[in-house]
Amino acid sequence: MIRTVQTRWRLGRRTRPFPPEENPLPERFRGLPVLDPSRCEPGCSSCAEACPTGALALEGSPRVDLGRCLFCPRCAEACPSGAVRFTRDYALAASTRESLVVYGEARPAVEVLGRRLRRLFGRSLKLRQVSAGGCGGCEAELNATSNVDYDLARFGVQFVASPRHADGMVVTGPVTRNMEGALRQTYAAIPEPKLVILVGACALSGGAFEGSPAVTGMPADIPVDLFIPGCPPHPFTILDGLLRLLGSRKP
Amino acid sequence: MSRALMPLANGAAARLEEVPAWPVRFFRDRVLEAAFEGARLVALLPLARPGGNGIELMAVLAQDHLGTLLLGAGDLEGSSAYPALTPEWPQAQAFERDLWESQGLQPEGHPWLKPLRFPRLPDGQTIPASYPYFAMEGAELHEVAVGPVHAGIIEPGHFRFQCHGEKVFHLEIQLGFQHRGWRGLMAGAPPARRAALAESLAGDTAVGHAVAWAMAEEALGATSVPPRAQALRAVALELERLANHTGDLGALAGDVGFLPSASYLGGLRGDVLNLTQRLCGSRMGRGLVVPGGVRFDAPAALAEEVAGSLSRTWTSIEEAAGLLFDASPVQERFQGTGTVGREVAEALGLVGVAGRASGCDRDARRDHPAGFYRFAQIPAQTLASGDVYARAVVRFLEMRQSFEFLEQHLRSLPQGAVGAPAQKALPGRVTVALVEGWRGEIAHVAVTGASGEMASYEAVDPSFHNWMGLAMALRGQAISDFPLCNKSFNLSYAGHDQ
Repeated sequence: MIRTVQTRWRLGRRTRPFPPEENPLPERFRGLPVLDPSRCEPGCSSCAEACPTGALALEGSPRVDLGRCLFCPRCAEACPSGAVRFTRDYALAASTRESLVVYGEARPAVEVLGRRLRRLFGRSLKLRQVSAGGCGGCEAELNATSNVDYDLARFGVQFVASPRHADGMVVTGPVTRNMEGALRQTYAAIPEPKLVILVGACALSGGAFEGSPAVTGMPADIPVDLFIPGCPPHPFTILDGLLRLLGSRKP
Repeated sequence: MSRALMPLANGAAARLEEVPAWPVRFFRDRVLEAAFEGARLVALLPLARPGGNGIELMAVLAQDHLGTLLLGAGDLEGSSAYPALTPEWPQAQAFERDLWESQGLQPEGHPWLKPLRFPRLPDGQTIPASYPYFAMEGAELHEVAVGPVHAGIIEPGHFRFQCHGEKVFHLEIQLGFQHRGWRGLMAGAPPARRAALAESLAGDTAVGHAVAWAMAEEALGATSVPPRAQALRAVALELERLANHTGDLGALAGDVGFLPSASYLGGLRGDVLNLTQRLCGSRMGRGLVVPGGVRFDAPAALAEEVAGSLSRTWTSIEEAAGLLFDASPVQERFQGTGTVGREVAEALGLVGVAGRASGCDRDARRDHPAGFYRFAQIPAQTLASGDVYARAVVRFLEMRQSFEFLEQHLRSLPQGAVGAPAQKALPGRVTVALVEGWRGEIAHVAVTGASGEMASYEAVDPSFHNWMGLAMALRGQAISDFPLCNKSFNLSYAGHDQ
């Protein structure tokens, strides 16, 4: 017992302030990608060719679909003129799928919940997580949001064991054919009103599994309130998205 | 006709025509002979040689004490039926179910032939509830069904317990919910997509599977990897092991309600992930490994910074984990719970932590060293008791070794380049790459076609061998101990279901 208290004393308080005053992510962290078409060499499409998921499109104004992006550095690596680079900006979530396609000055945007939902969920949001083909990466980072470092519970957001106790559903994975039924049942078991949050490239677009016959993708008839990109998203990205949705963090 | 199975070193490639073939019943005898002499089944898969007549059955065996892999093929001679290996060799049970389910082969005499992953369900259908579960009947018996959606943030799977009161007679584990068609995608994908797929087979083992994939690509193209890149791969593998083992000890502490260690180890796991992130920009180590080497170097200043942070983190991990092992109520819960004896573990061919905790003395880093592990040996840690306690202790011992390995090698990385240009794959080759991931042995088997294209690609996650071990661990246990037993194995659903 004494040792437990001593250890507690020595290890101290670990919970980090959020949002942090200064971005603590290291230099090599790959957050929001930015494109500078003025630096593109005419006729060059090296970045789009290097992309494993077709997240980059060059016709018209060059743009990146964050819903498809795996945040691997292949585009930046392939670009001969430094027109693509990854910033350390971890704020990537958006309320609409379209707003995840970024170009020029356009950034992903999260719209705060309406008054009614905010009154219901703003200080207490209970979520049920469903992994539908998730590889374990997004699940690990979602788990990390609840640990002592990120402590999502201090903002009133918690993951619960039953859909009956939940205000919303967090989906990871490309939604496999074999999980679609269980996903629908979970959604149906959550009382109204309910939120749906997709986490990670697979849930947003299929990610590396897009086009697989074993994958159906997120059912189109289930409305989605928040899209959180990443492969997997950093816990800060998840916190940031959730808190913006709840209006607890100013954009 | 060659008379012996073909030896192959880990990470080497051979011409397809060198893989000996026999009519399938003689092949079966060969394989069972080798098994009798102590060989272990690494993979059993279909092989289609260019110009060959149909599908052959290829076995990859490991002679761990000799550091050799053995390959051989069985010619089905136009038939889809063959005498199953499983009755004599339970290690083959899941492999033969896979061959039956995905290739339409008929392993005759297989005692447990039922679906594994349900790869081809019709539209709108879910995994059938009419699955032929093992069942018991009796007035006081009851059945408990759990999943696919579980209480925490974990992957989906279905568990059926046959119980008498609290006591579990049998647990049947039905998986397949996570099936994403990985194998089919992998063979047809361009290399950049293959990298993403390898890192996504089991997302908590992104580095392990990426290294195995890169080794396979390098072997097929005869690319040699510079020593500094090999060392950095080993650094990433050991960081992955340290992070996951730390998290697992925290989760085990949580499952027995020992909150001080649960809270701290959960956070400290993140500190280790953050070191991987400093090296390559991703907490899971994604994007680090490329065929030919690694994408990111660790200049002396960065390596020193990582080593410094690591030693501070390790002091805290040791302290938080020490609390766990010193607490008698924790020992009481861990010891004698979820026991898998050595005989059962060997029969099932358990690998990694689960195998070593049941006395199976195997570790691919030592038995089949490749890359940097040829120069820097890490002894295998085994315990005999096979219970939750043994699986926890083996993890802790391995964490210490990983820390010592990192401490030593981060500060003395070999000089030179971190990558070599990857060569185009040669036609008609087969290669096997083994990596000791944090969970256990990862095996990738790749075959190229007549023009060097990827003809087939198979990966065996350690979970594939070990799920049956968890089922056996539950026999005679109280059902309330299931979460603890499950956590002590901590297997990957996605890695199994692919």
